[in-house]
Amino acid sequence: MRSTWRTLDAELLRDVAAVAAGAAVSGASFGAISTGAGLPWWLPVVMSLLVFAGGSQFMAVGVVAAGGSPAAAVLAGLLLNVRHLPFGLAVGHVLGQGLLQRLVGSHLLIDETTAFALAQSDPRKAKAAYWSCGVALFIAWNVAVVAGALIGRNIGDPNAFGLDAAFPAALLALLLPALKDKATRHAALLGAAIALAATPFLPAGVPVLFALGGLLVTARARPEVKA
Amino acid sequence: MTLTAVLVLAAGTYAFRLAGPLLRDRLTLSDRVKLLMTTSATVLLFALMATSTLTKGQGFAGLALPIGVLVGGVAAWSKAPFVVVVVLAAVTTACLRLVGVS
Repeated sequence: MRSTWRTLDAELLRDVAAVAAGAAVSGASFGAISTGAGLPWWLPVVMSLLVFAGGSQFMAVGVVAAGGSPAAAVLAGLLLNVRHLPFGLAVGHVLGQGLLQRLVGSHLLIDETTAFALAQSDPRKAKAAYWSCGVALFIAWNVAVVAGALIGRNIGDPNAFGLDAAFPAALLALLLPALKDKATRHAALLGAAIALAATPFLPAGVPVLFALGGLLVTARARPEVKA
Repeated sequence: MTLTAVLVLAAGTYAFRLAGPLLRDRLTLSDRVKLLMTTSATVLLFALMATSTLTKGQGFAGLALPIGVLVGGVAAWSKAPFVVVVVLAAVTTACLRLVGVS
């Protein structure tokens, strides 16, 4: 692991810090919304430590706040998190070889760590990016959730600061290098079109999975040789 | 929300996360399949980007959000630093909302 940290450079750390800052604001809002919905302060905190997937946490609390059952909340949250399985297939090798690294690293498998790992061409840098992003976001997210849960509803709406634009913009920036490949770009565009078309009709999380239909484009194209 | 519900959601989510790395260990994958898996993750993340840019719930997100992301995307395309991309997107969306564009 020591050599992993040594491959970290200042630029990567700055990028990770930017994403962690966004996660912190979002986490504070999650904590505040949860206690605002009547949950005891420790429940969003335990949830954030153990689930560590923001979208599904907001979804689960939202379902219950809207009068849904806990079972419906769990199901809605799980649907959003199915995508982590293909993420793990794609970047599972960057976690490291040891069992402990696998077990702990798997818990840090989120959209951002996957995107950061995919954006690196060198495997050692991919591992450093994955772990630094994962650890930074885990700390930022959980500390902020505690703060938000304790301070409560007085936190303003983070979307007023355009925070909801920061996450997709960060993803887009991280994906641009991969999209230079023509087959990947076509698959991604078709997949996004499918997901957008399906959004009005399917529960959250499912449209994004349908995007995998975009891969049909690459199945027909000859695979381009990658370095 | 109950503690039991939280634990079930946590266990299910961790199972999804652990399955990928473990399956990857067990199977011998050709380079072509590995490439397909990398492409899958890119396709999923791109779709996530697109839906979180253009939709809120099951409807349209409004103009402020996609315009902000577009400005960030153009900045990224012109090789602006990552931090600049993220801040530009957020600031653009925030300013649009401030002047009344939803």
